[in-house]
Amino acid sequence: MNYRVESGLYALGRPDHRSPVLVTANYKMSFDRLREALPGRNLWILVLDTKGINVWCAAGKGTFGTAELVHRIESNGLVRIVSHRELILPQLAGPGVAAHEVKKLSGFKVIYGPIRSTDLPRFLDSRLKTTPEMRLKTFPILERIALIPIELVGAFKGGLAVISIFFVLSYLGNVGEGSASALNHGLFSALSILMAIVAGGILAPVLLPWLPGRAFSIKGLTTGFIAFSFIMAFRLNGLTTGAGRLEMVAWFLLILPISAFLAMNFTGASTYTSLSGVKKEMRWAVPFQISAGMLGFLLWLGAQFIL
Amino acid sequence: MMGQFMYLKDVTTLSLNQERCVGCGMCLQVCPHAVFSLTNGTAEIVNRDACMECGACSRNCPVEALIVQSGVGCAAAVINSLIGRKKESCCYIEPSGGKGNPPECSAGPGRSSCC
Repeated sequence: MNYRVESGLYALGRPDHRSPVLVTANYKMSFDRLREALPGRNLWILVLDTKGINVWCAAGKGTFGTAELVHRIESNGLVRIVSHRELILPQLAGPGVAAHEVKKLSGFKVIYGPIRSTDLPRFLDSRLKTTPEMRLKTFPILERIALIPIELVGAFKGGLAVISIFFVLSYLGNVGEGSASALNHGLFSALSILMAIVAGGILAPVLLPWLPGRAFSIKGLTTGFIAFSFIMAFRLNGLTTGAGRLEMVAWFLLILPISAFLAMNFTGASTYTSLSGVKKEMRWAVPFQISAGMLGFLLWLGAQFIL
Repeated sequence: MMGQFMYLKDVTTLSLNQERCVGCGMCLQVCPHAVFSLTNGTAEIVNRDACMECGACSRNCPVEALIVQSGVGCAAAVINSLIGRKKESCCYIEPSGGKGNPPECSAGPGRSSCC
């Protein structure tokens, strides 16, 4: 799949020398969303080469930056095409573009437009005035859901190996009770890991604003506990034996940190976490996740092979 | 602000030198989390804990009144940079020397958010 569009100057409708110039990234979705938001308008779209990356990420990397913008203004001869000296940039280009430097280097004044392209018609019709809502980056549920698959792919790559190991080990540990019982144990282990992934990778992002705590790991502990309760309900009859009880303690110590870890990883997809905050969270969360998980795994092995 | 997500308290490296501020209001325009307000011609930090250290304000401050150690709040990137995994991974953080480009976060195409 090719997610890039050719960088350069595009005409939307029939623009002339007075028409506004909008700037965007050469990620196909950025470009398409922009075009789709402006039906029936006549304007110029200047597409920067951001290596197929969206505006915000490219601005963070600096590829949607002052130098690239000034270069595109020159290489497309913008001074000869429009008589005004104004450019409308998406607000989220801010981390990469220094408006005052663009002005100094190219003579063009940068006007930061709204964050969302869907607000552009209102922005253009109100003489380039934004409302406070247009300037606020939200993180609505649909956007969070859209980001789940890409995060889950990573989780499942590791998760599949872990699921297989747990399945094989619990099969081997219980094969003395017959192959049907061993299979049952193996599937239960696989289900438990799967639930931990669902808890941290799906439930936590979806329920994000409603979960207690600010740290994502804490949010993941709550969803992990929900997943653990679900698993527990399957095994209530197993609690009569010492091995059964030990196994549930082990799953508690496994499911919660796995879920917390995956929820913590969703910081990268979120639109409001700072690097300082993530580092602070990780300083206590990662040691906790690793030690709880290790202890859980040892107790689980004990429940399978010793008791 | 109602319904706004908030991450950890008291962590941001954002600082504003009001002596230098000329009240141009650029920081208010680029900030995606309404951290600033403008009172009597001077910018003010009114919502510090909402800062995500994206660096847009300091980059667009014409008088360098704003300083922030910008970066991407991404746990996977922190892990990748800690264990020295770079090019082959989705994202990592390039150590940044003071001001200049924010720590690098490489995101593959098709991602609608960074890392």
